[in-house]
Amino acid sequence: MTETVITIPQLSLVLLVGPSGSGKSSFGRKHFLKTEVISSDYCRGLVSDDENDQVATKDAFEVLNFIAGKRLAAGKLTVIDATNVQPEARRPLIDLARKHHVIPVAIVLNVPREVCLARNETRPDRNFGKGVVWGQAEALRRSIKGLKKEGFGHVTVLDATEIDTVRIERQPLWPDKRDVTGPFDLIGDIHGCFDELEALMVKLGYVIEGRTPFRVTHPEGRKLVFVGDLVDRGPKTPEVLRIVMDMVADGRAFCVAGNHDDKLRKALQGRDVKIAHGLAESLEQLSFETPEFRQRVIRFLDGLISHYVFDGGKLAVSHAGLKEHYIGRGSPRIRSFAMFGETTGEIDAFGLPVRYNWARDYRGDTMLVYGHTPVPEPEWLNRTINLDTGCVFGGKLTALRYPEKEIVQVDAARVYCEPVRPIGYGQDARDADVLDIDDVAGKRIVETELARNIVIREENAMAALEVMSRFAVDPRLLIYLPPTMSPPETSGFDGWLEHPAEAFDYYRKQGVATVVAEEKHMGSRAVVVLGRDADVVSRRFGTAEAGLGTVYTRTGRAFFADKTMEQAFLARLAKAMETAGLWDHLASDWVCLDTEIMPWSAKAMALIEQQYAPVGAAAAHVLPLAAELLARAGQAGMAEKMAERAGMVSAYRDAYRRYCWDVKGVGDYRVAPFHVLAHEGGFNLDRDHLWHLEMIDRLCAADPGFVTTTRRQVIDLSDAAQVAAATRWWEDETAAGMEGMVVKPMGFTIKGQKGVIQPGVKCRGREYLRIIYGPEYTAPENLSRLKARNVGAKRSLAQREYALGYEALKRFVAKEPLYRVHEAVFGVLALESEPADPRL
Amino acid sequence: MLLTISTTHAPATDLGYLLHKNPQRLHSQTLSFGTAHVFYPDARNDLCTAALMLEIDPVGLVRKKGPNEGFALEQYVNDRPYVASSFLSVALGQVFRTAMSGRSKDRQDLADSAVPYEIHLPALPSRGGEGLLARLFGPLGYEVTATRLALDEAFPAWGGSACYDVRLRITARLGDVLRHLYVLIPVLDADKHYWVGDDEVEKLLQKGEGWLDSHPERELVARRYLKNLRGLAEVVMERLSDGEAVPDPVRQDGQEETLEKAINLNRQRMEWVVAALKRLGAKSVVDMGCGEGRLLGLLSKDLEFEKITGCDVSVRALEIARARLNFDRLPEFQQQRIQLLQSALTYRDKRLAGYDAATVIEVVEHLEPERLDAFARAVFEHAKPLHAIVTTPNAEYNALFPNLPAGKFRHPDHRFEWTRAEFEAWADSVAERFGYTVTFEAVGTVHETLGAATQAAIFTKGDKQ
Repeated sequence: MTETVITIPQLSLVLLVGPSGSGKSSFGRKHFLKTEVISSDYCRGLVSDDENDQVATKDAFEVLNFIAGKRLAAGKLTVIDATNVQPEARRPLIDLARKHHVIPVAIVLNVPREVCLARNETRPDRNFGKGVVWGQAEALRRSIKGLKKEGFGHVTVLDATEIDTVRIERQPLWPDKRDVTGPFDLIGDIHGCFDELEALMVKLGYVIEGRTPFRVTHPEGRKLVFVGDLVDRGPKTPEVLRIVMDMVADGRAFCVAGNHDDKLRKALQGRDVKIAHGLAESLEQLSFETPEFRQRVIRFLDGLISHYVFDGGKLAVSHAGLKEHYIGRGSPRIRSFAMFGETTGEIDAFGLPVRYNWARDYRGDTMLVYGHTPVPEPEWLNRTINLDTGCVFGGKLTALRYPEKEIVQVDAARVYCEPVRPIGYGQDARDADVLDIDDVAGKRIVETELARNIVIREENAMAALEVMSRFAVDPRLLIYLPPTMSPPETSGFDGWLEHPAEAFDYYRKQGVATVVAEEKHMGSRAVVVLGRDADVVSRRFGTAEAGLGTVYTRTGRAFFADKTMEQAFLARLAKAMETAGLWDHLASDWVCLDTEIMPWSAKAMALIEQQYAPVGAAAAHVLPLAAELLARAGQAGMAEKMAERAGMVSAYRDAYRRYCWDVKGVGDYRVAPFHVLAHEGGFNLDRDHLWHLEMIDRLCAADPGFVTTTRRQVIDLSDAAQVAAATRWWEDETAAGMEGMVVKPMGFTIKGQKGVIQPGVKCRGREYLRIIYGPEYTAPENLSRLKARNVGAKRSLAQREYALGYEALKRFVAKEPLYRVHEAVFGVLALESEPADPRL
Repeated sequence: MLLTISTTHAPATDLGYLLHKNPQRLHSQTLSFGTAHVFYPDARNDLCTAALMLEIDPVGLVRKKGPNEGFALEQYVNDRPYVASSFLSVALGQVFRTAMSGRSKDRQDLADSAVPYEIHLPALPSRGGEGLLARLFGPLGYEVTATRLALDEAFPAWGGSACYDVRLRITARLGDVLRHLYVLIPVLDADKHYWVGDDEVEKLLQKGEGWLDSHPERELVARRYLKNLRGLAEVVMERLSDGEAVPDPVRQDGQEETLEKAINLNRQRMEWVVAALKRLGAKSVVDMGCGEGRLLGLLSKDLEFEKITGCDVSVRALEIARARLNFDRLPEFQQQRIQLLQSALTYRDKRLAGYDAATVIEVVEHLEPERLDAFARAVFEHAKPLHAIVTTPNAEYNALFPNLPAGKFRHPDHRFEWTRAEFEAWADSVAERFGYTVTFEAVGTVHETLGAATQAAIFTKGDKQ
């Protein structure tokens, strides 16, 4: 028996066509996955409990269409097991395939009607009359000829003998070059500028060995990808075609179709096209070539496809861009979009149609490289980049190295053609700033490098949306939010709630050899985004209104209510950076610092006035009085207890008073930076703490009256003497008023077996904790109960928040689009609204 | 936590009979939130002082959360163990139950007689200050002496706390005195009434029988008791507050409302908006920043508007809007006309596109100036209504509000208030940029030089005629 091979596109909508009893279901079972086949009978059953209930047909097909639509949207091949014998039954399915830009395929089971009838007779559930099958067979007979015309991309008619010998082969779609991984050099619109192309190729390291034909190699085996518009306007269109055709033929280059290339093809094929926009030059230049060459050009241009997908789906290339859900699919609409883009229907001041800015709405993970619209400089927008820098208009010819993301350019030798509208016209620099509610709202899953997928619950996102939009600073400046921090497990020592022993234990168990214990300052946490000057901030952060930057709290609010104070604070810090030589040392003109700003009272005054001070005032007044009254009543024991309580209250008042002083000007603030989070080209959460402390010490030295040092101990956890010394240091300093310390793994971000380990564990002083657990928490009857606390939930929260903050900062440093940074920062804020014991 | 009752009415130690507590001993009683002790620092013929002292368990207090209490740090560092609060009332009711009812086993005559008493409450929070103390106790015949406690003597600049050391003198029956205290202590403390049991309100009203009815401040007393009900949304917002006061989008409108109430501005404004929408022929309207849904309420009553959407960023505001519209009980056709959704006007939101008109009533002034660009794009570039009505306070008019200090805004959450020239400059630039035409109107009575209280811009899509 010879095999009949049917080739179908990997992604297609396959209609099995044949009367009842023609064997569609068995055919489907044999050649496709169970889940790939949707049967109308099954859908009938779903809506009516009876697979043969014809009354349910309308509802059943709605269900069938819905499921098929979902599968196609997800890029899954789908098979429709229904009779599909009437054109009106096939029409909606063809439309559905078009809507999802997949190819409709018809496989006809052309079985004699007698066979169908005989089969149905053996099926007691199929008691519909002979006439039905007869009618179906008749409808099929009339349909077969016109199937191609109806819009099917592939039609196979199988007769009874062929059905059993079929093998189905799935073919990758044309654009699918996922297995080609590069490295690539992608080249923007050339428009006949051969000299510039050659210069650029040389600059990129290509060696042109022969010229007839062109033999081009690259020592590293790099490949060229052209974004189309090879032709028109420029002086040497035939030369450009020649080198590109030769390289494509050699398998050393890929090229997608540009609108000019397509129009030139039509003109050469003798079709009636308007000779404009530089087409005349191409035709004239080609008229000096041989007819054979012109034929070759026609064949080449005719074979160009709309777009390519490379490197496992990480890179896509088209001439005028693509929408995310078009990538890797094929349809006339996609081809048209890939070559021309879309217009909004409006006409601009130069009488040209206004282009729809699809890149602004692009949210795909695939890097998308395109050209078509000349721009002054290539700029990233939502993982897309336009390489058309108007070489033929006297601009530049641009290449993008992939995966390096490096731009290589050569200047045009001269202006070959004047543009109709100025280059860059209508391009809105602020487009990159547009955030969509869909970027943050609802239940979301944020992919992170450190902790994989982090789930943001809808109600948390709702709370965060309100805080973000009512109180937070400009999202363009909000590039990081610090995670919450967990304390150690409760201390095993009597009379202590927290003690360094458990913090050291935690890291020892995680396999960390060296930790640094840093002084925990008692002020307010603040993230500082600082530029060397206002221009830098405007350029790098895209906001001209931020001056030198901003300072914000752990929930993203502006730290300073007074803008003038904020700018004065930043100016002083910028000066310290200058004096310390850190701008030059970091080779950056902006920096993001993790800091604590003192005094506590500067930010927490409302809290102090409404909560801390009133508690102290009332307690300090009433407890001694109670003691006195009890003594007078002869209750000496109870009087003594009240006196003890009064003592604890007095310790409590001392504890918070240390952190309060009046602030009139910038000079009254103290800032203690402890992490140099990021700077241009520098993502520093993977650098060890010694590096951070070294940078910070230099900053402190530059303005010691303003920038406060962070005292620290470096501890080898296997050295008992070092551990003991650090413990003593903590005991002494906290007794003298230090809030506490934060123990951190020296390497900053450490991945353990269960995800990232805590980047810090705080260990707070005994006296300080009165502010947290209440003035009298040290009373034995209170402490014994407070010791029953669980840090598990807090640790999990800290881990997730850290992963999101890390992600946000890393994305910002890598110049990812604003929405990508914002999604992660927003996630931190949303997680913060989860209920957690605020004392931990 | 502490209250003393003294009398000089000889034999003063008979106070023990009235309170049913022997002056020679310490009486301790366990309550749900701690322990109450009664003892007598003075037990002489000419002076007897009974002290009621509460030892409130601070740890237990936190663990036994009320139904509406969230996880806020304020519960841990808490003045409840030290001040006179509803806990003291509860203790009074339990420890001196019989005395409060006016009965005495051995001295009924004395219980029925008016006798001079001095009450000392060394730490009584009075949210409303000395004035409120006088207004509450004065009408009942008390002589009030109050000394305000400093917030912290180490920081004199911080000023006084809400707590007072209070002495009350009166000649009255002991039962009445105890019932006055039972009700008025938590009323003074107001904000922080901690839920002890569901029936506390009920009990409270019983204790007011016979005197609360004729008290000139009876409404205030009642209102303060109902003040502690907090929504879930509020609790969540508190978690993200960073310890800062969160201007409530709904309740704090109070201030602005009070200012504008005299001129009935809000109603005028809403009616003007509805009239303007009708003039524009708008059938579908999205109210951006709908707040508690006042405009939606008006629009829903007019069937000319076929589709009405309200959006706000505050979940709590939307909850209130839903309740005000009585949304869940509306007939189906109304429910289909009206929808409420959470959105933020600095994000692009496709759900807000395609309306005949967008109304942005008293909203822009709540945005930081640097976010106005994102706002303008969200509304005029992405939502693209045919018409947009934007209103905002006219800063010039503020001079006419007698209670508004110069340079202050009408609402604590306002980030700016514009003069007419500033507003018009902004609106003109927005119109120009996004292809709208704009006209301006004054809403409310117009002052000769200062204009109206509210200024409005009406944007219409398309080129100038």
